[in-house]
Amino acid sequence: MSKHTLSILVENKHGVLARVAALISRRGFNIDSLAVGPTEHPEVSRMTIAVSVDEQPLEQITKQLNKLVNVIKIVELEPAATVQRELLLVKVKADTLSRGQVLETVQLFRAKVVDVAPDAITIEATGNPEKLEAMLRVLEPFGVRELVQSGMVAIGRGSRSISDRTLRPVPVPPPHVATGEPALQARPAGQTAANGANPPSHPVPAPPPGHRPAAPARQG
Amino acid sequence: MSEQLTGAQALIRALEHAGVDTVFGIPGGAILPAYDPMLDSTQIRHILVRHEQGAGHAAQGYASATGKTGVCMATSGPGATNLVTPIADAYMDSVPLVAITGQVASAAIGTDAFQEADIRGITMPITKHNFLVNDPNEIASTIAEAFYIASTGRPGPVLVDVTKDAMQAKVDFQWPTELSLPGYRPVTRPHPKQVREAARLIVAAEKPVLYVGGGVIRAKAHVELKELAEKLGIPVVTTLMARGALPDTHQLHFGMPGMHGSVSAVGALQRSDLLICLGARFDDRVTGQLSSFAPEAKVIHADIDPAEIGKNRAADVPIVGDCKEVIVDLIAALTTEIANSHTPDYSSWRNLLDSVKAKYPVGYDEPEDGSLSPQYVIQRIGQIAGPDAIYTSGVGQHQMWAAHYLPFEKPLHWLNSGGLGTMGYSVPAAMGAKVARPDKTVWAIDGDGCFQMTNQELVTCALEGIPIKVAVINNQSLGMVRQWQTLFYDKRYSNTDLHSARIPDFAKLAEAMGGVGLRCSDKDSVDATIEKAMAVTDAPVVVDFVVHRDAMVWPMVAAGTSNDDIQIARDMAPNWDSEEL
Repeated sequence: MSKHTLSILVENKHGVLARVAALISRRGFNIDSLAVGPTEHPEVSRMTIAVSVDEQPLEQITKQLNKLVNVIKIVELEPAATVQRELLLVKVKADTLSRGQVLETVQLFRAKVVDVAPDAITIEATGNPEKLEAMLRVLEPFGVRELVQSGMVAIGRGSRSISDRTLRPVPVPPPHVATGEPALQARPAGQTAANGANPPSHPVPAPPPGHRPAAPARQG
Repeated sequence: MSEQLTGAQALIRALEHAGVDTVFGIPGGAILPAYDPMLDSTQIRHILVRHEQGAGHAAQGYASATGKTGVCMATSGPGATNLVTPIADAYMDSVPLVAITGQVASAAIGTDAFQEADIRGITMPITKHNFLVNDPNEIASTIAEAFYIASTGRPGPVLVDVTKDAMQAKVDFQWPTELSLPGYRPVTRPHPKQVREAARLIVAAEKPVLYVGGGVIRAKAHVELKELAEKLGIPVVTTLMARGALPDTHQLHFGMPGMHGSVSAVGALQRSDLLICLGARFDDRVTGQLSSFAPEAKVIHADIDPAEIGKNRAADVPIVGDCKEVIVDLIAALTTEIANSHTPDYSSWRNLLDSVKAKYPVGYDEPEDGSLSPQYVIQRIGQIAGPDAIYTSGVGQHQMWAAHYLPFEKPLHWLNSGGLGTMGYSVPAAMGAKVARPDKTVWAIDGDGCFQMTNQELVTCALEGIPIKVAVINNQSLGMVRQWQTLFYDKRYSNTDLHSARIPDFAKLAEAMGGVGLRCSDKDSVDATIEKAMAVTDAPVVVDFVVHRDAMVWPMVAAGTSNDDIQIARDMAPNWDSEEL
């Protein structure tokens, strides 16, 4: 099992989070972390999902997620070419004796004190998951009273965006019921012999260096 | 170009724009507004069913007999939840279906209001997509999207839940000119490189098999399939969902594979060196134990749903596309490949399968006690009604016998619940098929267990003038379960005896529901009884065929075992070695 980070562009519509989370659960997979929020397009939201799975099941998750009508695009982000961040708030015991040492740890990890009480300090820290884990290990001996963490968010390095050209309308087909011949109109433009692979149902633009589109159908 | 309507009028208008001519449903509180303009529609015939499950299966039957999208309608809460089974059934068997449900007023959502159920949440895992509409301005566009999604790509069910207040509000009706579905772009056109690679493998193969599934029926690709098979003389097997994709009488047809498949079909897959899988999904009922399924075979897997490819069995050549387009392109690619390489000769492979087919035909023994054999009854119905009739079936022994002994010569003439295995499918599905194809004789081959789940729709058939024919293959038990108890539970028959030779009286039940009731329990009167049923054209007919209760479905691959361990009868396995397979 290896860790994978999926960036999923979804329509900003009611119930989409439930669809994505439920699908992953009912196909028998666990989510390590999930974060969701708006993007530069108000009608598009972006989810960052971290899962621990093997390559083969990951392909199946990705394909099943792609079948959700509200899912616009899925990209797997390679850790090496990606900036990953989590936010953490932690309340640590700190009295007059230990406060100095706690503050030293805060400085070491470039964290911030956001609240202080006679017997505790609340610390805010951001960073990649490894850094935050390291900080928690150092803080633990002082006594962690309360801990809250956001899901991880991630973005690819470089100038490219994964959300270019994602919202194109489809012309209304003639009535299928009357004719019984479903028109095959949903073919996106420019989907001819391009690169020796079946285009995924959601065309993924050429990935920026280091970005790997989430596993397409295994090609022979 | 818009006009002021109520949301409910807009809903009916939108259905008309989508080309709907038939809706199966039952009104209720939340959907009431929609039923008022329904009364004025000259285009839409509403068929008032007796249970929402019947509406759903009828819409499936309508869809599966024509390829059009079936439509059912129900109210909120229990009306909607009663649609859950047919929706799940349509999802498993890729049936284009639009289900419209009323929902409580948007202000009441989430308050546990009377007849409130979160049907959108409930049906999320069993629909291709679903919608909750509470803005009247979105009714028309949502209906357009629902029909587009249901009928394109891999077909499937779409549910549209509309709140009562949205139906009561005033709205400017406008049929949309474009749909906003940025995340829905099914690929229908196969990639040429993949098709060329497939052609190369086929020409290089010695023992190829066309493993044909329901996708070929949905894509209406039967003509192209025949051409492909005949081009090189490639043996064909058709799954339960694909019966009729190639005529059973065709010499390249080797039967149905799977748990109760013919020895020739199962053997063809097991001994093949190349499976050309078209619109099938390596279902566990076909593969048996996956690790020993077709162990020597490379796999070309064509499906319109990319997620099916590599799901159960890795594909050497994956092809995403509509089966019809795939086959057309494959035929062209084969022509090129043959010109560049050689014409493959599969005659020794075909001869081998021919000899297996001749040695192990699908057959049955007559019961020794002189009682009626269920297989004989089904066979005679098929011979008398012929391949032009549409056949539906429930789920169980009668379904497997029907799959073996009915004459399948054309697509869209065999309707059954393959994936979900829904007992009770056949009567309402036959009703829907008969509405869609009034020119056809429609026979429901049902079991006594199945029939007792949905027979209320006979009332609908009698009142609405839908003269279907139902053969109840009455073995007085839940036969398939009983068969497993016989084989695997030491003949301990826990709760499988239905006593249906005594109660109910199926013939009287049919009469009470406004149909014609017949009964037959001896071989000599089978033909006359079927003829009598065929002669009734103005009412539904039910024939209670009281049959031998211990008849079993053979061949059989026991669950979880390898297809190599297929048995042609109890403790009788085919002699593979003597065939030098």
